[in-house]
Amino acid sequence: MKLLTHNLLSSHVRGVGPRGFPLRIQATEVRVSPVDFNPDFVTRMIPKMEWTALVEAAESLGHLSELPRELAEGYEKDEEFLRKVHHVLLEVEVVEGTLQCPESGRLFPISRGIPNMLLSDEEAAS
Amino acid sequence: MTTPRHRPCTCAKGGLRRWWRRRRRRNMALSNTLNRYLLLLAQEHLEFRLPEIKSLLSLLGGRFSSHQEIHGKSPFWILSIPSEDIARNLMKRTVCAKSIFELWGHGKSPEELYNSLKSYPVEKMAPFLHSDTTYKIKIHTFNKTLTQEEKIKRIDALEFLPFEGKVNLKNPQHIFSILEDYGLDPNHIPEKPLNIYFGRWIADGQRELIESYSVKKRHFIGNTSMDAGLSFIMANHGKVKENDIVFDPFVGTGGLLIPSAHFGAYVCGTDIDYNTVHGLGKASRKNQKWRGPDENIKANLRQYGLEKYYLDVLIADASKPSWRKGLFFDAIITDPPYGIRESTRKTGSQKEIPKGIEKCPESHIPVSFNYHLSDMFVDLLNFAAETLVLGGRLVYWLPVYTPEYMEEIVPRHPCLKLISNCEQRLSSHTARRLITMEKVKDFEDQDQYSHLLDNQFPPYKGLNSFREKYFSGVTKRIAKEEKSSQE
Repeated sequence: MKLLTHNLLSSHVRGVGPRGFPLRIQATEVRVSPVDFNPDFVTRMIPKMEWTALVEAAESLGHLSELPRELAEGYEKDEEFLRKVHHVLLEVEVVEGTLQCPESGRLFPISRGIPNMLLSDEEAAS
Repeated sequence: MTTPRHRPCTCAKGGLRRWWRRRRRRNMALSNTLNRYLLLLAQEHLEFRLPEIKSLLSLLGGRFSSHQEIHGKSPFWILSIPSEDIARNLMKRTVCAKSIFELWGHGKSPEELYNSLKSYPVEKMAPFLHSDTTYKIKIHTFNKTLTQEEKIKRIDALEFLPFEGKVNLKNPQHIFSILEDYGLDPNHIPEKPLNIYFGRWIADGQRELIESYSVKKRHFIGNTSMDAGLSFIMANHGKVKENDIVFDPFVGTGGLLIPSAHFGAYVCGTDIDYNTVHGLGKASRKNQKWRGPDENIKANLRQYGLEKYYLDVLIADASKPSWRKGLFFDAIITDPPYGIRESTRKTGSQKEIPKGIEKCPESHIPVSFNYHLSDMFVDLLNFAAETLVLGGRLVYWLPVYTPEYMEEIVPRHPCLKLISNCEQRLSSHTARRLITMEKVKDFEDQDQYSHLLDNQFPPYKGLNSFREKYFSGVTKRIAKEEKSSQE
C-alpha cells in the first residue's frame, strides 16, 4: 500500500463518519522501491492530499524525508520539494501490517501490500 | 499573367503547368482551408467506432465534424479536423481506425475524382510535390481485387497532378493513396467503384496494440479477462489522458487498467475476491493448475513496462467504498460481474443462511451471493457521481436480455450524462452494452436516492433474473436435445 492510497482511505465502520480518517498505520514490513519521477503527476496530486495526514503517515513509518509540515506557496516549481513528495507518495510501501480505524479501533489487515477493507453488514455504515 | 522567366514552352505539360498557375491564383482567393481528412476504419466493433473517435477528438481539443452522414458500416469517413497535429494525435490513440489521409479529392467515378482533385488548392499540394521531395503512390481497393496492370493504369491516370519530385518506392518522404470502395457485400461486388478517394497518408492508428497486449500472451488472466481491443476502446471512451487517476471497482486480474496505464494514467482498483487480487488459487489458463507467484496485477503491468503507473489494489466491497470524501478519479472504467462466469457478490450479514455464503480467507467476513444486479448499478452510478472529477467519465458494461431490452432501462443518474451505448452480442438472446457517462453536475446527498423516484421508467430491476434468462435458452436447448436423443 502506497502512502498516496493511504491518504484517500477512510474507515466506514458504522457511526464513525469523517472521524474514520486517517487510518493509523501499524507496519511490520515496509519497502522502498524506486518509481520514475513525474513532476506533473505529483503537482496534480498535492491539492488532492490531506497534507497533515500525509506527513504524519510518512513520519510514523520513519520516512518523513524532510517533508515540510505545511505546504509552501509556489511548490509547483520547486523540483527538490516535488521529488520529496514523489518519494513519500509513491516509493514507500507498506507490505505487511494493519490499518486501524482511529474512532472504533477496528483493524484492517495489509498483506502482500494489499489492504483488506471488508466490513460485514453489521459493521458497515448504512 | 506572370512574365515567363525563360522562353515560353509549348509542350503539353507546360500548358498544364500554366493552367495550374492560373488555378493557384484563383484558389488563393478562396481563403477557407477545408482541412478534410479521410479516416479509414477497421471493420470490427462497428458500433463502438463513432463514440471512440468522438471521445478522442474531444480529448484532443477538436470536435467531431463530418460533412457527410456517417455510415455506420462504412470503413470510410470524411472528417473536418482543425489541424494535422490533431489528426496525428488522434491516430496515436485510436484502435478503431487503421489510417488517416489528408483528403485531396474524391468522387463516385474517376472523372468526378479528377475534377475534385483539380479544384483542390494547389498551394496546399505544392509542399509535397516539389522537386526536392520523394514520393510514391499506392492503391488500395476494398471488396475487390485488381490486377497489377489495372492498378498501374489507375496510378498513371493521375499524371495530370503536378508531381515534381522523384518516385521512391522503398522509403519515400510522402505516400499518396488511391482508395477504391466497392461496397460491403462480398457476394455482390460492383463492376465500378462506388467511391474513389485520393489523399496524402498522414499516420496509422494503434491497432497493433491489440496484438501486443493480447490476452493470450498476458501473464495473469482470469475467466473473464477482456479482449485487448475492447479494453483499449474503453480507455478511449473514458477520455483517459496522462497523469489521470483511473479506478476499477471490479478490478479482477487488472486487464482494464492496462490500456489506461499505456496512455500514461496512474491506475488503481478494488475487488471483493481475495484470491483473485492476490493471484492465488486455480489458474484460468487451460493446462495450468495453480497461479504462479508472480501472477498478479502489478506483474501484468510490469510485463508491459508500465509498473510505474501501478498505484494500489485493495480488497473491498464496491457497494461499501472506503474512500474519504473527495473527487479523486478522472475515470472509472470497469466490467462488473454479470453473475454468469463470475458471481455478483457483496459482503453479507453474519445472520445470513450458511448456504450460499463463503468467508473471505483473511478477515472471515461473510461474502453473500445476493447482490442484485440492479442494486449494483445504482451503487456504481452513485459511486461515480461522488468520486469522479467534474467532466470525468464512467465506462462500464451492462448485460442485457435482448428480447426485453429498451433504451430506457439503461441506468440514469442526475449527475451523469449518457454519452454512448454500444452493443456487443454475446449469444442469441443476450448482449452487453458498453455504457459511457460523463459527470456534469456536483453530487449532493439527495442524488443517491434518485433511482427511487417514480419517473424512472422502467427500472433495470427486470434484469435481476439475467442469470436465469441467460441460462433459460441453454436449459431449453439441452432439454430438446435430451428429448430427441431419447426418441
